[in-house]
Amino acid sequence: MTQPTTERTETVTEQRIEVSGLRKRFGATQALDGMSFTVSPGRVTGFVGPNGAGKSTTIRVILGLDTPDEGRALVGGVPYRRLRRPLRHVGALVDAAALQPSRTGRNHLLWLARSQRLPVRRIDEVIELVGLAGAARRKAGGFSLGMRQRLGIAAAMLGDPPVVILDEPFNGMDPEGIIWIRRFLRSLAAEGRVVLVSSHLMGELQGTADQVVVVGRGRVVADAPVDELVAAESGGRVRLRTAEPAEAAAALRRDGLAATVAARDTVTVTGADAQRIVAVLARSGVPFAEVTSQRASLEDVYLRLTSGESEYRAVLDREQDR
Amino acid sequence: MSAVEAPTRPGGDRDGGLRSALRAEWVKFRTVRGWLIGLGVAGLLCVLLTYLVANGIHSGTCTGTGVTCRSGHPRVPTGPGGEAVADSYRYLSRPLTGDGSLTAQLASFTGRVSTNPVNVAPSPSATRPGLADWAKAGILLTPDTTPGSSYAAVLATGRHGIRFQYDYTHDRPGRGAPAASRWLRLTRHAGTITGYESADGVAWHEVGVAHLAGLPDTVRVGLFVTSPVSFHGQTGRPTQATAGFRHLTVTGATGGGWRSRAVGTSRADFYPILAAGGARSTGDTAVLTGSGDIAPAVVQGVLGTNTAASSLLLGLLVGSVVLIVLAALFVTGEYRRGLIRTTLTATPKRGRVLAAKAIVIGGVGFAIGALAAAVAMPVGDHILTGNGVYVFPAGPGTVSRVVVGCGLVTALVAVAVLALGVMLRRSAGAVTAGVVVFVLPYLIGASLPGTAETWLFRVTPAAAFSVLGVLPRSSLVDYPYTFANGYYPLPPWAGLLVLAGYVAVALGAARLTLQRRDA
Repeated sequence: MTQPTTERTETVTEQRIEVSGLRKRFGATQALDGMSFTVSPGRVTGFVGPNGAGKSTTIRVILGLDTPDEGRALVGGVPYRRLRRPLRHVGALVDAAALQPSRTGRNHLLWLARSQRLPVRRIDEVIELVGLAGAARRKAGGFSLGMRQRLGIAAAMLGDPPVVILDEPFNGMDPEGIIWIRRFLRSLAAEGRVVLVSSHLMGELQGTADQVVVVGRGRVVADAPVDELVAAESGGRVRLRTAEPAEAAAALRRDGLAATVAARDTVTVTGADAQRIVAVLARSGVPFAEVTSQRASLEDVYLRLTSGESEYRAVLDREQDR
Repeated sequence: MSAVEAPTRPGGDRDGGLRSALRAEWVKFRTVRGWLIGLGVAGLLCVLLTYLVANGIHSGTCTGTGVTCRSGHPRVPTGPGGEAVADSYRYLSRPLTGDGSLTAQLASFTGRVSTNPVNVAPSPSATRPGLADWAKAGILLTPDTTPGSSYAAVLATGRHGIRFQYDYTHDRPGRGAPAASRWLRLTRHAGTITGYESADGVAWHEVGVAHLAGLPDTVRVGLFVTSPVSFHGQTGRPTQATAGFRHLTVTGATGGGWRSRAVGTSRADFYPILAAGGARSTGDTAVLTGSGDIAPAVVQGVLGTNTAASSLLLGLLVGSVVLIVLAALFVTGEYRRGLIRTTLTATPKRGRVLAAKAIVIGGVGFAIGALAAAVAMPVGDHILTGNGVYVFPAGPGTVSRVVVGCGLVTALVAVAVLALGVMLRRSAGAVTAGVVVFVLPYLIGASLPGTAETWLFRVTPAAAFSVLGVLPRSSLVDYPYTFANGYYPLPPWAGLLVLAGYVAVALGAARLTLQRRDA
């Protein structure tokens, strides 16, 4: 990353992605159904939802590729199509596989640089940035998916843009690559950029995203800071492991707690903290092996938020099997 | 972000935007090695096929059973302008030194037409009366009777009235009075020759003036008669004309007497004649009989239709097919791989993307078309000449016209296929459509009978192949200038305009679809 100048930090703070009331229909499918959210600078915003929820369509609308039936998407206050040399404003990775296989990685960046009047030196900088120095002069057709992702990120960073939009950047990345992307996204946000990262797997965004926009059926289901979402989901749920689950549950219920036998040796309790449960059990003389306060994962939040969307259950299950 | 951007003048954006898009598209084209190889293959195929086509054309004359064959073609004179000319006539002339004039009254003008076509040996018995439209009789001045020499003449014609003509291609009509019993006069003053006509030998009317460069002091001046091949439909028949003159008056220094000569009527000369004819003169009257023509050479029955560009066609068609594939891939490849989205995010103004792509593929198409033509034409010419075939001469101007014309045809076809690619988004579809629309009409047209082909070469994109038409064409020669005889119905620029029209429509439609459709 080039050193951010003071000048840039000023302009960066004005940048924002504003999506308001997007509607779009493809034949019988309502792909976008009132999609509205705002992405602010200085933090990583996750954009999640099952396949078909409208993530990619929304991103294409933001980039001026698709025209919505209703609503609008602005980047830094203007529609993308009105941007002059847009890659200097918005860097986007839409489809890492979108490469001419017989063109080298470096030449792919070269034509992009030419289209934005960027100096050739910038190409070597971004190649270095994404760690492709060894492969950049090879034909892109021989690149692994992970290398293509890196090349796509290099292309997105070519114009040193204040707004970065990455669609599914984790796909095909090896563990090392995933760690690299996470760190990279954090650094982009730390530099004050607007960072929007879409993914259909929540786990990838845990610990990376500050904010998540969860979408389903073409509209926003939740738009909140990750911490808030997780805290709300956790909501004082405790898991109790015991050899006598029925007795334990009965004892807890007698004390006015909501306890259910979840498995042969597990009881789930809500509405109480671990300390109180231990006290109740001790009083009743029910033996127990373990009492754990459950902290929900981002994935749990996501599953709950999207579970209502029965249409997507099957899709979701299939994705998780993958 | 604004800090990274160099400040630019307002209004400079539009051009600058196209220029960056152009540079990007050019990098895209040149960085795919397969495309560059394809381009080279297109050029090489064009040259190679031109060579093969030329190599398959031979010309020669065989005698008897064909045991003794000689490669070669009949003699075709070359006019002062470097063009092929017919120069065969009966000439009754005398030398003229310095200034002077010749006056005569044309008393009678009749003719005969062979009942056999040109390719059958003429016989005096197989004729019927008839005067060819462009049969010529009059007064002619020339420094030299070698065929192809410079000349000026005032003459009566079968059906085109009185004319003043010089150096084969220059023609001025006189008053539309009846040709027979007209008085004709040709005067020489240094290098200036003037032709006059008169109804009564008293009141003279100037028909035309010629300035013949480098005219020697002593020239020949005299009466001439000639009569060209007459066409009815596709069949040409040799003709002969007889003209009676009286009141012959010569002024100036004209040493020696009248001498009759048949010019350009030997066996080696190409122009088909009915008979060499002859001349008789007594006192101030003369009767001449002649056959042939003094005009640009177009008659293909004898010469063939070979030009420097005639072997080029197949190579150009095949090369175009390769170029069509490249032009289609240049855009459908991006659709297939989704790269078009990257392109449109880099340059959201879609019209600009289309313009940049069109300019790049059009430029590439022009360069390879013009280069291939520039190499293939001399190759074809050389091979044909080596095979003894007559090749109609083409000056540097004509050669440049064909080179630029071929470049424009390939450029336009490439741009049109690019537009098809934008609309169809599929390589196979765009290539098929490109071949069907831009190559097939030619192949169909070349095999269609009658007038259908003429319309095909007027209204389909195949019209543009008229850039290859360099066969001489003259309003002074009656000839079926049909496609079957190697003549395109439209002039080259008009043919190119027809193709350009198709390209404009395709580009407009492509622009519309590109702008309306989601990427």
